Amino acid sequence: MSLLHLDGVGRSVDLPDGSVLPILTGVDLEVAEGEHVAIVGRSGSGKSTLLNILGLLDSPTSGAYRVDGADAGSLSARRRGRMRGQTFGFVFQQFNLLPRRSATENVATPLLYSSGTAFWQRRRLARAALERVGLGHRADALPERLSGGEQQRVAIARSLVRSPRVLLADEPTGSLDVDTGSAVMDLLEEVTTAAGSTLVTITHDLSVAARAQRQYRLDHGLLTPLSPDDLAVVTAHRSAGALA
Amino acid sequence: MSALVGTLLEAWGEVRVHRARVVLSLVGVLLAVFAMTIVTAAGDMGRQAFLESSERSSGRSTTVQVTAGPREGAAAPGQVEAAYAQVVDRYGITWSSTTGYGQVDVRIGQTPVFTQLRVVEADYGVIHRIVPSSGRWLDGSDADRLSPALVVNEEFRTQTGTSGLVPPYALELPGSPSVTATVVGVVDSDPWSPMAFVLPSAPALLPGAGTGYGGTPSLEVWLPPEEVDAFVAELPGALAASGLDGSATPMSDDGVLKVLGYVQWGIRALSLFALGLGALGVLNVGIVTVRQRIREIGVRRALGASSARVFAAIMLESVVATAAAGALGVALAVAVVVNLPLELVTDDLGISEVPRFPVAAALEAFLSATAVGALAGLVPATIAVRSRVIDAIRY
Repeated sequence: MSLLHLDGVGRSVDLPDGSVLPILTGVDLEVAEGEHVAIVGRSGSGKSTLLNILGLLDSPTSGAYRVDGADAGSLSARRRGRMRGQTFGFVFQQFNLLPRRSATENVATPLLYSSGTAFWQRRRLARAALERVGLGHRADALPERLSGGEQQRVAIARSLVRSPRVLLADEPTGSLDVDTGSAVMDLLEEVTTAAGSTLVTITHDLSVAARAQRQYRLDHGLLTPLSPDDLAVVTAHRSAGALA
Repeated sequence: MSALVGTLLEAWGEVRVHRARVVLSLVGVLLAVFAMTIVTAAGDMGRQAFLESSERSSGRSTTVQVTAGPREGAAAPGQVEAAYAQVVDRYGITWSSTTGYGQVDVRIGQTPVFTQLRVVEADYGVIHRIVPSSGRWLDGSDADRLSPALVVNEEFRTQTGTSGLVPPYALELPGSPSVTATVVGVVDSDPWSPMAFVLPSAPALLPGAGTGYGGTPSLEVWLPPEEVDAFVAELPGALAASGLDGSATPMSDDGVLKVLGYVQWGIRALSLFALGLGALGVLNVGIVTVRQRIREIGVRRALGASSARVFAAIMLESVVATAAAGALGVALAVAVVVNLPLELVTDDLGISEVPRFPVAAALEAFLSATAVGALAGLVPATIAVRSRVIDAIRY
């Protein structure tokens, strides 16, 4: 059984003039435990909306979405919130670190919503997560004092601190230069592989997508496997990565 | 448990991070709580001072004064006193004292000092809450002394030139024959003329004081509150059995206390109004801030915070902040009141003890501030949970 299962999922919004704007149309997708899947697409293609539906931040207007066999549409708001915190970790393009809180406080934030040992030992766990992403020496730094790459590493540490089964990365390298972006992707792959977590990456960059086991293209709300041209580019990137 | 602690930590964290905003928004609350505490405390202390002063002159609040006299002609010697004793015995009264007046010229040196005598029993000290400034109050054993016991006021000591002596001390009262009285205690100068308390047996021993009370004595009884009405109603009948006409009158005059209570409530209402204005400031800043923090709230939701948790955290921010401001306002008020030279005022009022700071006033102001914080936090908390997670993150 797949961990994430989208079955004919559609998402549309009602516009002020009464018309309906479709964002996603009939999306089918299955993602298995521990898999790395990439979804590429241009700006406005619906990538972020798809990611938000996958992460239970948004709901489809049609179709069905099951997480580990549970129908997300039938979950109460409370259970959705709990499942979101326990199952998913998020890495955003803009990092979305909480301002004026130290790196440790940011990483510990998800543990505020957990219970038991994880709650009471949240600072120790947060520091351990920062060590894992190589930022143990910046544990007390405020986000404003960190570089873009460091901020994204803090965000990755925060997304991993509750040991989620799925990591959803929305343009994780979008705000970084090429070298830093590559380092961040290396880190994401390393930590998710080590934890056995599923990684779903949303990107417009084929070189980032090439790192995944499976790639899809989202265009005007339709999700399709990559075209032969795209696959040729991906293959070239993989070869370049292997040579490097 | 962890959810509650987590919510509190989250709220405190927000207050800490946004302390400049919080401090500015709370100035109004702090000042209102400060004023509220000061006013309530001053009112309570004034009430306590007034009560003490009132009890010294009229007796404790459920004291009843009994007066009696013969229906016709003059009373037989001891007739009224005997009737009073029967009343005290019949009603099983614990605290009672006959009260009468007399006078004596105390001649020390060349100038006679006209001294008012208050002829009372030992219980009078309890009923009127008399605390001697030095020495002691009269007790039952003083009735057996051959040297009459006096409790004098300071003015008596000043005019007789005995201010430097520490009671008990003997006082030679010239006369035929001269008498040695014993001053066993001293009270403050109220009234501002020489005065001495003595037991009923004493006037007969004092030279020039004559015998008796200088009029028919009255009886003061201190009753449990629930017995006052029945006692007042039944007393004329009880005296009639002894062949006397009489009446019983409650001594407490609570009119001033009522006025004081109304004034206190009025000022308290004004303070609450001021607290409400302070809360508007908190509400205003809270609404503006929560709109600025929509994105952050969205991120927290993405990280696992439920909408109930977000609501509680935002509301608690307001509660924690106003509670802190309330505590500070109360602390300031306590510091001010405790350090005021209140003894100057209480001395003028003839009050023996400076009333303590009323804890209830501090608690009331603190709880009011906290409640106001909860109310002011409702609107921002509602705004925070109304936004959809996805919209909040994109905000």
